[in-house]
Parts: sequence; structure tokens; C-alpha cells
Amino acid sequence: MTEALDILLPILAATLRLATPLLLAALAGLFSERAGIVDVGLEGKMLVGAFAAAAAAAVTGEVMLGLLAAVAASCGLGLVHAFGCITLRGSQVVSGMAINIIASGLTATLALAWFGLGGQTPPLSAAARFLPLSMPGAEILAGIPVLGRLYASLVGGQTALVYLALLLVPVSAFVLARTRFGLRLRAAGEHPAAVDTAGVSVTRLRYAGVLIASVLCGVAGAYVATAQGAGFQRDMIAGRGYIALAAMILGGWQPGRILLTCLLFGALDAAAIRLQGVVLPGIGAFPVQAIQALPYLLTVVLLAGFMGRALPPKASGQPYVKER
Amino acid sequence: MKVLLATALSVLVSFGAARAAEITPAIVYDMGGKFDKSFNEGVHKGGQAFARSSGVTVREFEPQNDTQREQALRNFARRGQNPIIAVGFNQASAVKTVAAEFPQVRFIIIDAVVEAPNVESVLFREEQGSYLAGLVAALKSDTGKVGFVGGMDVPLIRKFACGYVQGAKAANPRIEVLQNMTGSTPTAWNDPVRGAELARSQIERGADIIFHAAGATGNGVLQAAADAGKFGIGVDSNQNHLHPGSVLTSMVKQLDIATQTSLEEARTGQWKPGTQVLGLAEDGVGLAFDENNAAIVTPEMRRRVDQAKADIIAGRITVHDYMSTGSCPN
Repeated sequence: MTEALDILLPILAATLRLATPLLLAALAGLFSERAGIVDVGLEGKMLVGAFAAAAAAAVTGEVMLGLLAAVAASCGLGLVHAFGCITLRGSQVVSGMAINIIASGLTATLALAWFGLGGQTPPLSAAARFLPLSMPGAEILAGIPVLGRLYASLVGGQTALVYLALLLVPVSAFVLARTRFGLRLRAAGEHPAAVDTAGVSVTRLRYAGVLIASVLCGVAGAYVATAQGAGFQRDMIAGRGYIALAAMILGGWQPGRILLTCLLFGALDAAAIRLQGVVLPGIGAFPVQAIQALPYLLTVVLLAGFMGRALPPKASGQPYVKER
Repeated sequence: MKVLLATALSVLVSFGAARAAEITPAIVYDMGGKFDKSFNEGVHKGGQAFARSSGVTVREFEPQNDTQREQALRNFARRGQNPIIAVGFNQASAVKTVAAEFPQVRFIIIDAVVEAPNVESVLFREEQGSYLAGLVAALKSDTGKVGFVGGMDVPLIRKFACGYVQGAKAANPRIEVLQNMTGSTPTAWNDPVRGAELARSQIERGADIIFHAAGATGNGVLQAAADAGKFGIGVDSNQNHLHPGSVLTSMVKQLDIATQTSLEEARTGQWKPGTQVLGLAEDGVGLAFDENNAAIVTPEMRRRVDQAKADIIAGRITVHDYMSTGSCPN
């Protein structure tokens, strides 16, 4: 039992750590798409968030200022996307890709100009990073064999943003299903004409959706740069934004299922790290590349047959034009 | 588009200035960039030192993807840069192609062999330096487990790992060495978040000393080791200062000295093509001891390292080179 725990607990803890940025970004995509705006630019907004967080934290030494800067920077980029897609009714996919390209070049250029370290920020000190929190009462429970360890290393031992991300799942579900704002937001993504007929502004709802998405992307970027890592490096998001998109689609645009998909992807990643070089009886050394490719394979296979059609919000991707 | 513009700009900029000097050296870096605090940065420092001492401008280019290497080498050659330093084994095929196109231009490639009358290949005996790193790691370890995190899974990095294991086993035959590679593409040199995650997984499995050979990815490894109160071992450049007291030592390749020497030879006309292999005997590799790790390295460890170094140079210990057989005896 103890041995199984020794192996299992670190994997579960790593799963949470690795799933968090995916979860935040997937929820971001959820809010944007539920409002009718396809968001391919998750990756770029996370990258800008990561850079802003690391830069602000490095200069001020305050992790919270880093988080604020990340959110602000991501929102700035989100507004560009919103202006292009909603106000000017441009192509949402093209705008999203443009955001990714701008983010990749802009962050590296600014980092080079400000810090002169070849597109990195200086390494961050402890005060400028999110550190793992220990849960209150961990010492008291430590005496209890299984529960004590579960509590200390799984419930506790994570950074604040991990708890925030997990908390956001029920909050998102509640907002989207039970509040007036959430229902209107979804209507803007399903049938904007009806929203318009009811006298509610589709434009404002869609801007709101994109802005919420930008805030979440900023937090996800700050998590990668100041909680998981300790500083910014060029293109450090490394495709997590796209995996988050896959998680959102596989999760059927529903917060609960998105959480499960993100945890699955996180678990695959954590397992891939630990299976490396392990010789399995009968199979030989395990090909890690196989596990690393699994999130993509799973998305394709599951969507192709097992889960039925992925049904996006009906009007997502279409600019809303008022009838005249 | 961004890349194109950047290339075009660098072309324009270097056109104007590089003519006046007697030689016009240029450096094309490997992925990870010249500020990776590790492999590329060593070459960068050597280039800067040469520029300061001789007053010659050294042109530089940092490729952002694989396809730019050959293009960058060709652009430099066409513009009359000479000699041109190509950093990293990934550039071997590009150097081979471009060196044949420009037979009058001198090329220097680091970490790979290119057989051509106008190419100097600089190799290091990483297995010897890694052996010493493994020795120190095993002597320092309390848990009997040490770790290794490599960058891209290629023979060169296996060579580091193999030497490291041999050194660790020499100090403690029962030691367990946990090994991870970051990935199988060049982005594996530039993913500190993944490096930190790999290091954490090894620490959770009991490793208390972790050696990295992973370029900028290794910054995450050293960070994770320092965060957990364990020790990291740096690579290529002296990384002891990154987390003073938490970096046990660094397996240094004297890239800066090798770069500076090659450029100096080119300037004074003593440059020769061929293969140069720098090991412990030539002081091309070694461990870094300075004020940042003075408190964590005991005199006994220093003595064992010096002894092993003398034994390797004298041939009493042979460190197996992974690249000679494509496998590791352990």
C-alpha cells in the first residue's frame, strides 16, 4: 500500500500541476466560443501573459504584480482580436493565428530590448514566484497513514493558481448555466439574432466573452512563467494553447468534461515523464514518444468515432451582422 | 515573415561594417540561443573575448528553426565572412554543404566532425568530464540515487549520460542513476518548464543530485533542484553562480577558450583544418570549483576528482565513449 502510494502520489500531484495551464486556457476558450468567437489565439495570449508576468515580477519582485501585468497584457491582445472579429467582422481563425505570430515575435523582441538576455527574462527570486502552499492542519493529519499523505502532497503542496483553476470549473459551470449573463452569453454564441431581438447587445456580450477568455489566458501564462517555471523563455508555452483547444473540443464545450479531459492530458504527460527508460516485461523499453503523441491521437480518434460529433456553439465563428 | 525580415535585416547590417578588419569572423549558434547560460553562451563569451582583445567585429546569428542554419551559413559565406563558426552537431550537414560551395572560406564546427579541406572540427571528450561529475555526484549523494536530465535524445547526450554513470559507479558500485531525456526534437533544448518537471520526478523517486546536459532546458532542472533543497550539476559553461550553494559543480567544456583560440589562429595565419579533440589532458573539459560551491564540496571530493583526472590522463582509467560503439556498458 505504502509503495503504491509512493509511486502514485507524485504522479497525481504532477497531473494537477501539468493540467492547470491547460485547464485555465481551455476554460478561456470555452467562454470565448460560447459567446460565438473562435479563439485560436490561446497560445499567443498565454505567451504574452507569461512574458508580462515574468517581466513585471523580475522588475518589481512582486509575484502579484506579475499576475496583474499578465492579465493586462493578455487583455490588450484579446481586445485586438475582439476588435478585428466583432467590430470589423474579420475572420476569427485568421485573427487568432495572427495573434499567435505577433505574440511569438513581440515577446522575444521586447525581452531582448528590455533585458538584453537574448529573449529571456532574468531568473526570478522566490518572492517573485508562486510557491507551493502547505495546507493548514497537514501536521495534525500526518499521523494518519494514507489520508495524511494524500492531504499533504495532493490537497496541499500546490501553488495558489492550481486551486484557483480548479475552483473556476464549478464557477464557470454555474455562470454559464444559471446566471442571466451566462445564458445571454451562450445565446450570443447559439443564436445572436434572438439576443438582438430581445434588445441585448450581441457586440457587448461577445466582447465580454473574449475579455473573460483573455483574463484566464493571462493567468495561465503567469502560471507557466512564475509558478511552473522561474522566468520567461522564448516560445515557452510550447503548444499548450493548442492542446487546451483540443481539450475544450473533446470536453464538448462543458466545464466538467473539460476538467476531466485536462486531467487526462496532464496524467498522460506525467506518466510519459516517469515511464521514460522504464523497461516493461515483454515489451522492452517504453517508447515515450507514443505517450507524448497520445493527447493528439486521442482527440482525433475520440472525435472521429467514439464520442459522436463535436457540436460547437451554432454561431461560433460567424460574425454577427444586424439585419437591415 | 518575421524570420525573413530578421534575416534580411541582419544581412543589411553586416554588409556595411565587416570589411575593414583583417579577418571577418561570424558565428551561427545552435537552438537555445546565445544566452542559454550553457553551451552556446560559452562560444558567445569566447567570441566576445576575441573581439575585445583584437578589436575585430564578430558577427552572430541565432537560428530560430532547423532550416535557417544552412541559409545563415551560406549568407555569411557569400558576404565574405571568414572564418565561420558553426555551433553544435546539428549543423554538420549544413556545414558540409556550404563548405563545399565556398572552398576559400574557413569553417569551424563544434561538437561534430566534417571532413573537408576547409573545415576544422572541434570535439570534446564529454565522457571524461561527465565521469568526474558522476564521481562527485555519487560521493555527495545521501540517498544512493542520482539523476541525469538530457536535452534532445541524440548520441552526443547519451555520451554525457554514459560517462556520468561510469563515474558514479566508480565511486559507489551500488548507486542508482535515474535518466531522462527531454524530447526528440530541437525544442528539447529550450523547455525549462519540462526540465523542471523531469527533475522533480527524479527527486520524488529519491535522487538528490541531478546532472543536466540540456542547454536552456537545464535552467529548469537547476531551479527545481535548488527549490527542493537538492543539488544540480551544471553543464558546458560554469553554472555554479546560478543558484549559489545549490549547484554542486559544473561540467565545463572550454568552449570560450576553444573559440578564442581558433579565431586567434585564423587571425595570425596559423589556422589548420582537421579534427581537434579536447579532453581532460588538454584542459578542454573539467569540473568548475569556485566560491559558489566551496562550502558544499569537501576536500575529500576534490582529492578523489584530482586522482581520477590524473588516472584518466595517464590511461589508468579508460572512460567508455558512447559514440564509439553506440552503446553504454552499464
